[in-house]
Amino acid sequence: MKPSQRITAIAGILLIVCLTVSIFALREVDRLRAGATLEEVLYVPSPKVMKRLSLGYDGLLADVYWTRAVQYFGSHHHARARNYALLAPLLEITTGLDPHLTVAYEFGANFLAPKPPNGGGMPERAIELEEFGIRNNPDDWHLYYDLGFIYYMELKDYAKAADAFARGSRVPGAHPFLKIMAAQMAQHGGELEMARLMWATTYQSTQDTNVKANARAHLRALKVDEDVTALERLASLYHEKYGRFPSSTSELQADGMLHGSLLDPLGNPYKLMPDGTVEVRDPDDLPFITKGLPPGYSAPPPKFLPSDLGS
Amino acid sequence: MSARIVHIASNTFREAVRDRVLYNLIAFAVLMSGAAILVGQISIGIERLVVVNLGLTAVSLFGVVIAIFIGIGLVSKEIEKRTLYTVLSRPVRRWEFIVGKFFGLAGTLVVNTFFMAIGVFASLLYVSHHFQKPDGWILVALYFIVLQFVIITSLTLLFSSFSSPLLSAVFAFSLFVIGSFAEDLRGFAAMAQGASRWLATGAAYLVPNFSSLNVIGSVAHNQPVGTYLILSNTVYALVYAGMALCGAVMIFEHRNLK
Repeated sequence: MKPSQRITAIAGILLIVCLTVSIFALREVDRLRAGATLEEVLYVPSPKVMKRLSLGYDGLLADVYWTRAVQYFGSHHHARARNYALLAPLLEITTGLDPHLTVAYEFGANFLAPKPPNGGGMPERAIELEEFGIRNNPDDWHLYYDLGFIYYMELKDYAKAADAFARGSRVPGAHPFLKIMAAQMAQHGGELEMARLMWATTYQSTQDTNVKANARAHLRALKVDEDVTALERLASLYHEKYGRFPSSTSELQADGMLHGSLLDPLGNPYKLMPDGTVEVRDPDDLPFITKGLPPGYSAPPPKFLPSDLGS
Repeated sequence: MSARIVHIASNTFREAVRDRVLYNLIAFAVLMSGAAILVGQISIGIERLVVVNLGLTAVSLFGVVIAIFIGIGLVSKEIEKRTLYTVLSRPVRRWEFIVGKFFGLAGTLVVNTFFMAIGVFASLLYVSHHFQKPDGWILVALYFIVLQFVIITSLTLLFSSFSSPLLSAVFAFSLFVIGSFAEDLRGFAAMAQGASRWLATGAAYLVPNFSSLNVIGSVAHNQPVGTYLILSNTVYALVYAGMALCGAVMIFEHRNLK
């Protein structure tokens, strides 16, 4: 082997060794400083300063911050965290850099508003975000819809929800349901019906498969809650009549109290428990349900069924 | 344009290609294809936006860096290698040398931008599966970026006509940064009083206004760019570059090359 070839071989081997060691060292550093990259975001919390620092390339920086907000929310949501301290600043920087990034308002408000662990539990910040979005994109009816959604779902403020839907309904090209929602909200329409109408509108009006899957999961949960309430009422009536609870829905059918079989949205029969309560067979596959859960049930990290995401 | 200017321009272009300037296209291609494939998996709803924002930002920044680092050596390298004396001993005027160098580098940047634009549109097609009518505004943003390069090239030539390469790079990059804040500068001028108002206004008009040439954010959101703005920006960039070139020619004409 010529001297030059030997040196090349040694240098090549050293290069590979150094690269491997540096990867292991960096993994160790990452383990010691878990989450440090996201914590650093707060060193520049001002959207105005970030806009100046971007030298005019604020669109790209907004995309970077939006991706970080998504990653931040996703990792915390998956870990069922109860504290989303950086979520609002990340979203404010994102929208400050690019006020026309409507996806950040649409999803961001839905990250911020719901109670933990489903969201940040900050409906007021979500409303501020939506109002900022509306000021910068007054012709986008989705933002008014999202605003009304938060007022209704998170704050139960019917007057402000009705106002948001009414404002949105006046935007050219707005979904016709907005007018109906504004009217129903003004009348304080039935809770369940209203929720069903809102999720159905979300399901119909979105193009995003994740939002569609989320709306479908909520619609399923509403049906389960409604079914479980009805079945438990029937079980209670049965108890009054016979002094014991029915052991299955077929006993209710035999007694004429229930017509036809009642199945959950996954096609499984409901379980009638000895104490008259009703449970679903697979609560893990029915996210967002509030009734029909086994005692002490703890929900797994959120997921959507493959069939939801594929549709 | 005289044949001598064309010769100098084509030699400048060939030299840039020989210096492997166009290798940046490989980095650009990797960046764009990586972004197009990855962003959909790690973010929500911004696949197209990222391709447009990242693509145009990269075109702009790569071009600015090339313009500065090639531009600062255009005159000094010729002096260092003593090839300038050979050129000027022939019937070539000094102003023709400067103008030829300017067109050579500007041409290199236009060719570079052309290939990058193909990369941007290919990535866009990958993420969107089809082109829409508003995608045409991306061409306007690319045109404005080329106008930006024309200004920077002329400025680096101006600085390299009297200064060392390092100082030229510092001056050119500083002017690029200040020019990106040009509209803020004008805002400060409007708030100032008396002599400082005149000084600030003068400075605001003297530095190149790169912020008006940046429409990346607008075209990413499919917002149209007005014809009058296109026309005004074209006139502004050409006149500003012309002014800087005239300065470079004036200085170079009187420069002692011994």
